[in-house]
Amino acid sequence: MKKNFLLGKYWDPDATLDALKRLQDSGVLVYDVFSPFPIHGIEPYLNIKRTRLTVAAFIYGCLGALTGILLIALVFGVIWPMNIGGKPTVPWPDFVPITFELTVLFAAHGMVITFLIVGRYWPGKKAVLMDIRQTDDVFVVAIDKNKVEDEAEIRKVFSETGAFEITEKEV
Amino acid sequence: MSHAESPIRQKWVVNTDQYGQITADVTRPIESKPNLLWLAATGFSATVLGVGTALIVWTIYEGIGVWGLNPTVGWAFDITNFVFWVGIGHAGTLISAVLLLFRQKWRNSINRASEAMTIFAVMCAGLFPLLHMGRPWLGLWFLPLPNTRGSLWVNFNSPLLWDVFAISTYLTVSLVFWYLGMIPDFATIRDRMAQKGRKIASMIYGGMAFGWEGSSRNWSRFEVVSLILSGLATPLVLSVHSIVSMDFATSVIPGWHTTIFPPYFVAGAIFSGFGMVQTLMIVTRKVYKLENYITMDHMESIAKIVIATGSLVGLAYMTEFFTAWYSGSLWERYIFINRMFGPFGWSYWIMFSCNVITPQLFWFKKIRTNMVLTFIISIFVNVGMWFERFVIIVTSLHRDFLPSSWASYAPTYVEVGILLGTFGLFMTCFFLFSKYLPVVNMFEVKTLVNHPKKPANLEERAEEPVTA
Repeated sequence: MKKNFLLGKYWDPDATLDALKRLQDSGVLVYDVFSPFPIHGIEPYLNIKRTRLTVAAFIYGCLGALTGILLIALVFGVIWPMNIGGKPTVPWPDFVPITFELTVLFAAHGMVITFLIVGRYWPGKKAVLMDIRQTDDVFVVAIDKNKVEDEAEIRKVFSETGAFEITEKEV
Repeated sequence: MSHAESPIRQKWVVNTDQYGQITADVTRPIESKPNLLWLAATGFSATVLGVGTALIVWTIYEGIGVWGLNPTVGWAFDITNFVFWVGIGHAGTLISAVLLLFRQKWRNSINRASEAMTIFAVMCAGLFPLLHMGRPWLGLWFLPLPNTRGSLWVNFNSPLLWDVFAISTYLTVSLVFWYLGMIPDFATIRDRMAQKGRKIASMIYGGMAFGWEGSSRNWSRFEVVSLILSGLATPLVLSVHSIVSMDFATSVIPGWHTTIFPPYFVAGAIFSGFGMVQTLMIVTRKVYKLENYITMDHMESIAKIVIATGSLVGLAYMTEFFTAWYSGSLWERYIFINRMFGPFGWSYWIMFSCNVITPQLFWFKKIRTNMVLTFIISIFVNVGMWFERFVIIVTSLHRDFLPSSWASYAPTYVEVGILLGTFGLFMTCFFLFSKYLPVVNMFEVKTLVNHPKKPANLEERAEEPVTA
């Protein structure tokens, strides 16, 4: 379903943040901000909650550690126990390196795959852009027109905070 | 505010006050046609790679008898090259992960190229254990897979198997880290190409950009993922070379059987890696005119790390000697005296002078800001670190407990050719990378620009937004 957006475009991240602050003060819901690089401190203005990917990474890591321990313990303890000079058949200190590597392997790949799924990224996906310059040097504040009451007020905020261009776009 | 910083703070980006200028400078080599110099350099590297490939084929066809190994010196050039290349890789992860955790902003402009270096170096490294197997197609036996060979399992007690897990984890995690960091830059190139009407290029880079649009929600996640990945890569990089050192340290061969190996190898790896970063960066910044992003201050910072890690390596050499003397073990003492004054003494002195003495020249500001001298010293570091591994491996092996089995070792042309071939592979990959992928991390460098100026041509570039 296509949405109609009101776009305020800036060339300065500081001005973008000023605009977001003004919009928040007047209770306007901002759809999203598109920028060529991450703007630090933007999260509160867009109600972005702390991502749970860290928790996911932790769970994947635990899974990796468990895989490592189970794999080696099963092979050495159950499937093919070996008597090497009467030493323990399941020498756990020897498991540490491989268990550690599997922990990192699972945590890293699991987290990145989850990141791609959550953000809906895949190879060859068509990007939906508000402005073609947004990956270069333009910062775009996008507001869903269906969710605003006073459009003139927003346009006023945009022009007062230094937006060089105020446009509309249907995507 | 987000990016405005104190004017007295050190600037890691100079002569640049527009974000668009960064995009233009970094994408210039991608947009322009390859020049003659690049074609010649890539062609040469590819030829060397071709020679190496031919010798690899010969090795596989004939068997590793074409190498100079013998029953006493069973590991020589191959494992030396393996440890050397793995070590080179470590600087890339250190720059991209460890320096991110320490918030060292100078990493922003050199992390992309160093990570690329890591991946190409680990690719070269991985070749050698595979080739040394003699039957590389049986490499699958390294994996703990259920099988019909009497249900034969791998030995989880063996550091060689730990290596398999460490190196494959390292390679794949580094690759993912590298690619993830490039996604926003691919999007930048995609849109730049679209604006210039280059549809095919835009389509290719668009495919690689995974549909990145720079939404703040995704940036927020992206930054957390990068941070956690560096948190994971940091212990990983330390573990990889520790495990590589355990290939030797867990044996009972005098000269190998020492507990200092893991930190000693990690310091050496970072040292050699930074030597290679210097070599590559000096050329890259000059050829692609990136002096505004890879500044003299960057080169100085790298030189300082080379001093620090070089001194650590020197300390490790001396500790080893002290321990050999202090241990009272006859064999241990002999092997270290033999290392210095035995038949392979020359390689020891090359190692010592290149690794311990030459890097100390970087204490002088005049030397570390002189790119010709820095380049020469970085080559010395690369040579010295290769010889370090040669010294550790060959001098410890060639005279073992039984004098009747003492032997010498000399590489054949096949071994030398395969080593050169890996340099060909490394350089070919690096040249291709520097031509077709963004050498400098554009979006991270953009965060370093203070008080940006309004782009002059904003309105001209405002086309009807396309969905590329």
